[in-house]
Amino acid sequence: MRTSESSTTTIAKGGGIAAPLTTLLGKYWPKDWRGDRLTAFLVLLPSIIAVAIFVYGFILWTFRVSFTNWSGWTATYDFVGLENWKQLFLNDERWLIDLRNLVEYAVVFMTLCIVMGFLMAALLNQRVKGESFFRTVFVFPFAVSGIVTGVTWRWLMYPPAGINLIFHYLGLDFLQNKWYAASYGTMAVALAGAWQFTGYVMALYLAGLRGINAELLEAAQIDGAGTWNLYRNVIIPMLSPVTFTAIVLTGMGSIRVFDLVVAISGSGAGYTTDTMAFYMFQSIFQTSRFALGGTIAAFMVVLSAFLVGPYLMSMRREVE
Amino acid sequence: MDSRKPISRRSFIKAAALGAASTALLAACGSTTGGSKASGKLEIFSWWTSGGEVEALNGLYNVFKSKYPNIEIVNSAIAGGTSSGGDMKAVLQTRMMGGDPPESFQVHLGGELIDPYLVNNLMEPVDFIYDSEGFRKVFPKGVIDVATYKGHLYAVPVNIHRANVLWYNTKMLADVGVQPPATWEDFITVAEKFKAKGLPALAVAENAPGFYGQVTETMIIQYLGADKFMNLFNGGTSWSEPAIKQGLTMALKVLDYANKDYLSTAWGDVNDLMIGQKVAMMVQGDWTPGVFWSKGFKDFGWADAPGCKDIYQALSDSFGLPKKVKNRDAAIAWLKVCGSKEGQDAFNPAKGSIPARTDADVSKYSDYQKWAMKQWTTNKIIPSIVHGSAAKLSFMTDYMNIINQLAAKKTDVDTTFANLQKAAANANFGK
Repeated sequence: MRTSESSTTTIAKGGGIAAPLTTLLGKYWPKDWRGDRLTAFLVLLPSIIAVAIFVYGFILWTFRVSFTNWSGWTATYDFVGLENWKQLFLNDERWLIDLRNLVEYAVVFMTLCIVMGFLMAALLNQRVKGESFFRTVFVFPFAVSGIVTGVTWRWLMYPPAGINLIFHYLGLDFLQNKWYAASYGTMAVALAGAWQFTGYVMALYLAGLRGINAELLEAAQIDGAGTWNLYRNVIIPMLSPVTFTAIVLTGMGSIRVFDLVVAISGSGAGYTTDTMAFYMFQSIFQTSRFALGGTIAAFMVVLSAFLVGPYLMSMRREVE
Repeated sequence: MDSRKPISRRSFIKAAALGAASTALLAACGSTTGGSKASGKLEIFSWWTSGGEVEALNGLYNVFKSKYPNIEIVNSAIAGGTSSGGDMKAVLQTRMMGGDPPESFQVHLGGELIDPYLVNNLMEPVDFIYDSEGFRKVFPKGVIDVATYKGHLYAVPVNIHRANVLWYNTKMLADVGVQPPATWEDFITVAEKFKAKGLPALAVAENAPGFYGQVTETMIIQYLGADKFMNLFNGGTSWSEPAIKQGLTMALKVLDYANKDYLSTAWGDVNDLMIGQKVAMMVQGDWTPGVFWSKGFKDFGWADAPGCKDIYQALSDSFGLPKKVKNRDAAIAWLKVCGSKEGQDAFNPAKGSIPARTDADVSKYSDYQKWAMKQWTTNKIIPSIVHGSAAKLSFMTDYMNIINQLAAKKTDVDTTFANLQKAAANANFGK
């Protein structure tokens, strides 16, 4: 009761809700931490605490688990050093296949998303008729959940049916293949992922294209730049921050892919469509190997940090 | 503030009255246990979500509802109990670890129940239900032994499934003029005849781990024998036995007689392969006839899986009593229905399994089930790895993954053999 009363009065005085603190500490309180700034900090504080505990705290805890021997339902925190990491990278065939799958997935997924996303944005930017219709159609898959995408593509790429059947009716039997059941199954999963995410990348590029000053493009055209040169030397370089964002987002998407494989094929035959996240899930929820699962999760965090770190630094540079 | 005050007379009386009331309430609950006055909600976890399974579960629910009309059943069935996703088990694990168990849940008797739930002391013994309902007299000793852990009973079985059955298309076998093979060597001879006609002899679905692991078990059983096989899981038999390698070698060889696209075939597809006369035989559990019936297919026969004469690889769906349940009375009532003759005869005919009770009404069951009931009383009963009755979940997953690798790569028996030994060492059998 008392606190709310006092804060009402201070607000009436015009000092903001942080005023009691600053008055109390008087001149010892740092000067630039008054007024709006302090209020902003106090308003943000609950989220900061929640994020500190539930995001960063648990990340640290996961790292801790990765250095223990916890296996089974009862937690044991006996320190074993780098044993789990060594086991994973030197002695685990499945893990090495997962790393190979990551590369396969990332190459197909990132290339498709960025190239197709850019092409679609460039075409839409030609002021075509029914632009908003196409824009909605392209972005729509992004609104669909990963599980739904996965289930849909599972049947589309189901070897005896779906796309293979269409190929058959079109007389294109030579194009038939086993999709996710093949030894390159991860790439088929990446195809489904790209279908879902390309629209989003297109939206990024479209916003970028709209942000380019028209006078600049006219100037380039007057200087005699053809369409190819216009894109090659003006537009694409100007969109490099967008490309960078797209690389980070699709890269992160490649590292954490889980829902798609669960819905499409699981770990596949001989781990052909296994991913790091799926291995982590199985380690923790099916075999109760929490230390192993923690190690995989920790490695995924490290890998993501390599992507996000440079991105944040470049953002900061831009702001400054 | 209040807590520092000395307890006033008034609040003391209030507390005392509350205490007395709750005791009375508890007593009342106790007296209605097993009666029709139990009420509230009853949440049941299972992975029974398809065709005959749902029918069977609803049969059991109906018996329960007629006996306990005041209890509301919350059916938390989640698909994928034994498949690669294992979704139901994952959700259940989270609920159990978080101290929020459902009133009861489906679990295979044996390793799947003992580790994790019993080792971690999450279940309450149900000896008192066995005593009050006379279950000790009606369940075979083999089943009671598996349901017992450290001298106490922990689950009530509703059914018995058999995992090692050979199903065959009678027309196709008659066309070639062969009998169902008794051993895996016989199988090769028979399979050669089908190969000559350009047909695969055995259905295999290994697009994800599991199916062929189950087939490979029967090969290991053939060379190892039932007793040594059982002792694999208590440390009595070494995993470096040459007989296991013999089984794996056979597993690799038999793949030559499987449907060519077995790496892209899913577990659910194999029944259609046999119905469509695309493969002649398959080794599968006895949930198979239910699927055949639902598809109107009648030209099938059955026999012991090759190498498994008079060996009954059993798994039993059972229900137990978790600690800390919200409605213990309802849970106990549920377990009583699960073990009752009425409950089992409502559940099993549709499920395709046989009742765990020995006094069931035989006339309600199909020809296959009658055959299985007879086998059940005379055969040697052993557990299954892939179906969770032999070993804990982590070993089951490892085993299925290792055999899947063998089927996918078709290369090295030595590596597979070594990997199995590594997994067994990790599982600490017998310790």
